[in-house]
Amino acid sequence: MDYIKAFVIGGLFCAIGQIFIDKTKLTPAKILVGYVVAGVILSAFGIYEHIADFAGAGASVPLTGFGHTLATSVKEAVDQHGFLGAFTGGLSGTAGGITAAIVFGTAVALIFKPHKK
Amino acid sequence: MKSEEYNELVKKVSPKSPILKDTLFAFLIGGTICTIGQLLYTIYYEVAKLSVTDAKTYVSITLILLSALLTGIGIYDKIAKIGGAGTLVPITGFANAMVSPALEFKAEGFVLGLGTKIFAIAGPVIVYGTTASVIYGIIYYFISKFTV
Amino acid sequence: MTKKIGTGTYVFQNPVEVSAFASIVGQKEKEGPLGKYFTKYSYDEYFKQDSFEKAESFMQKEVLNDVIQKEQISPQDIDFIFAGDLLNQCAGSNFSVRDTPVQFFGLYGACSTMAEGTILAAMTIDGDFAQRAIALTSSHFCSAERQFRFPLEYGSQRTPSSQWTVTGSGCVLLSKSKNKENPHIKDCCPGVVCDMGVTDMNNMGAAMAPAAALTIRRYFDDTKTKPEAYDLIVTGDLGKEGKEMLKILLKKDGISFGKEYDDCGTMIYDCEKQDVHSGGSGCGCSASVLTAYILPNMIKKKYKEVLFITTGALMNPNTSLQGESIPGIAHLVHFSMN
Repeated sequence: MDYIKAFVIGGLFCAIGQIFIDKTKLTPAKILVGYVVAGVILSAFGIYEHIADFAGAGASVPLTGFGHTLATSVKEAVDQHGFLGAFTGGLSGTAGGITAAIVFGTAVALIFKPHKK
Repeated sequence: MKSEEYNELVKKVSPKSPILKDTLFAFLIGGTICTIGQLLYTIYYEVAKLSVTDAKTYVSITLILLSALLTGIGIYDKIAKIGGAGTLVPITGFANAMVSPALEFKAEGFVLGLGTKIFAIAGPVIVYGTTASVIYGIIYYFISKFTV
Repeated sequence: MTKKIGTGTYVFQNPVEVSAFASIVGQKEKEGPLGKYFTKYSYDEYFKQDSFEKAESFMQKEVLNDVIQKEQISPQDIDFIFAGDLLNQCAGSNFSVRDTPVQFFGLYGACSTMAEGTILAAMTIDGDFAQRAIALTSSHFCSAERQFRFPLEYGSQRTPSSQWTVTGSGCVLLSKSKNKENPHIKDCCPGVVCDMGVTDMNNMGAAMAPAAALTIRRYFDDTKTKPEAYDLIVTGDLGKEGKEMLKILLKKDGISFGKEYDDCGTMIYDCEKQDVHSGGSGCGCSASVLTAYILPNMIKKKYKEVLFITTGALMNPNTSLQGESIPGIAHLVHFSMN
């Protein structure tokens, strides 16, 4: 059941993104920014928590989930460290993903060559 | 002919994206990536007995690794041609946006090519995601301070 | 005597001979409908070089050397080279000619550069400034992608109106007329920049079509001729949508094209099978089709009168991000076997 929920909700997040691509002139980078910021906002209002509880990876794998992680970790950090937490929370919470992308990106770039289409 | 008139004409002549087909594929491929994420989570949480947060982070790291490898061997862009937003929106799309410029601009050197261009597409995601989280953090700080 | 007629069509006093030409393309072009005409090609997108920019310069060097060899001359016998490409600062051309001691003019006319260079080369010859002059251009899919769009491995969907940059290069050597069996340039019509406010970088055919329509209309008015007078009227890289737009625009002016009209961008690829959406583009598109298909078929007498109109979209990635529209240009050259 968890897998079906993840599939459907995750798929829906992507389907909405596709409508933005086809119907508007938004570039992929703008859509990604929109998703992350939307994730932060939905999380701040406590809405994303419900989606995440229901859909599991269907909510955490799309980039809105990245925004959700930013927001929840900021909240935790503020609870623990006060004002400073607003500055340290976001990136600490998402450090794993960002670092992985940097390190794997560099490693892959060292090994491979771009291919023609 | 006026510019507005011409642009109207262009709109009429230009082909439209096949939105139904595109959206269906985005749904299927995006859904599949999330299901793989869920499978990984089950492994990390139930089999490896990691905490919820750690398991989630490992899921992200694993997906990013897979995406980086698929990008390196030249397969991710071929899936993306069909999947569209289905490969863009998941965290794997974020990884592809970091790996592909790093790979491409290696030709201009490791520091000024790879090092600077790695953030060329995904940089704004980190910039605006982080900024939004700081704004939320500050608002949350004042709300919690003055409502207690 | 003045060589200018009407709004700006220039009739050469002595038609200029196209005495040699050469082309080179990549794999996708070789596998396209014109494949059998491309005798020189490489399935390696790097052309055995270590970057795509070097690969592009390599293609130019190859066709330049081919032309010099075919004509059995040495570089010293050439007076001018007019060359251009799509890379920043015309780097592709600058690097391809650095070992060739010939006076050089670097051009940027985006995808219109082949006719632009041909016009200028022909003018220097008919103006008695040169005995021989060369027009040379190239484009490379991979070097154009990384400059104008996304990294090659980035996963993105192309919009249906987008075009595919041709990997290819073409070179023509023009000289004072000696051999009547070769095609000659009789007249030409340089283009005027024309901007109808199209801002979509993925719909360049539509951005360039008004410029093509303007040049074609001016040419027919100036020369008092009609499309039927030509065996082949070919635009550079308008693609499927641009072709449609051009026909609509010309119809409004009472000019209708028949079977003699085609576009290099839709000739070089099978748009459906090769999944290139609207067709080919780039300086190398018109240049390789001209030198591999059009000129050889003129010598074989398949075509006698040809209008070659290359079209360019004159934006850069920054102006597009700043919301500017895309100015277009189209230059026309009339090749003739009579």
